[in-house]
Amino acid sequence: MSIMRVKAKSSGERTDVKMMAKHIMETGQRKDKSGNIIPAMFLSEVEVKHGGKVVFAANLGPAVSKNPYFSFSFAGGASGDELEINWKENTGKSGSETASIR
Amino acid sequence: MSMNRRTLVKAVAAGGALMGLSVLMPRAAMAAWAKEAFSASEQSAAIKALYGDDAPAESAEVILDAPDIAENGAVVPVSVSTGLANVESMSIFIENNPSPLAVQFMIPEGTQADVSTRVRMGKTTNVTAVVKADGKLYSATKEVKVTIGGCGG
Repeated sequence: MSIMRVKAKSSGERTDVKMMAKHIMETGQRKDKSGNIIPAMFLSEVEVKHGGKVVFAANLGPAVSKNPYFSFSFAGGASGDELEINWKENTGKSGSETASIR
Repeated sequence: MSMNRRTLVKAVAAGGALMGLSVLMPRAAMAAWAKEAFSASEQSAAIKALYGDDAPAESAEVILDAPDIAENGAVVPVSVSTGLANVESMSIFIENNPSPLAVQFMIPEGTQADVSTRVRMGKTTNVTAVVKADGKLYSATKEVKVTIGGCGG
């Protein structure tokens, strides 16, 4: 299941990327109705590759907002190119997705 | 030679399979998630756990963009950028959060040192951006007033 919404636009010289992950980012500090702590479940690592080269990488803590949003730009990238996005949760769950540059 | 032809063929096939496997295995390209830094409850301890003993120097070259007042602490937009050369990483700390380190960005060569994200803030406190460039640490701090905290349930 893909969780990443990616908008990547190439201007020829560089590519601007805006991405949002659909994720609850449970901090591990909240309690449920009966007072039990809801265990932490958050995205801990996000990595974006273009042509096999890492162009963006982030290590996240639970203080990143629900549905984490990032924007960044990298040199190069052409319309139609594919970006590979790898993510990992603190629970050990991970995923890999692709998105194409407009 | 004690090795007959069959075992030799097997060995070569196994070796080939292993080589193929190592190519297919995802490389450990991600910088390790700094557990100690992310779980530290004091900002100074978090910075130390992430960067070592060097203390970051306040620098006008680090541009931290965050609102003066955040109505909703659950979603506070923060941008960090810098004109410094050879930026390796940029991270965001929120002083009074239970764990001050919010996020650490790695900036590979070719990627602009200009990143935006959204963070949670429990209450009014200082937000600090730390930039590592050319092996040195630089920082910028800004107080953000929070109307409704973003850490409760």
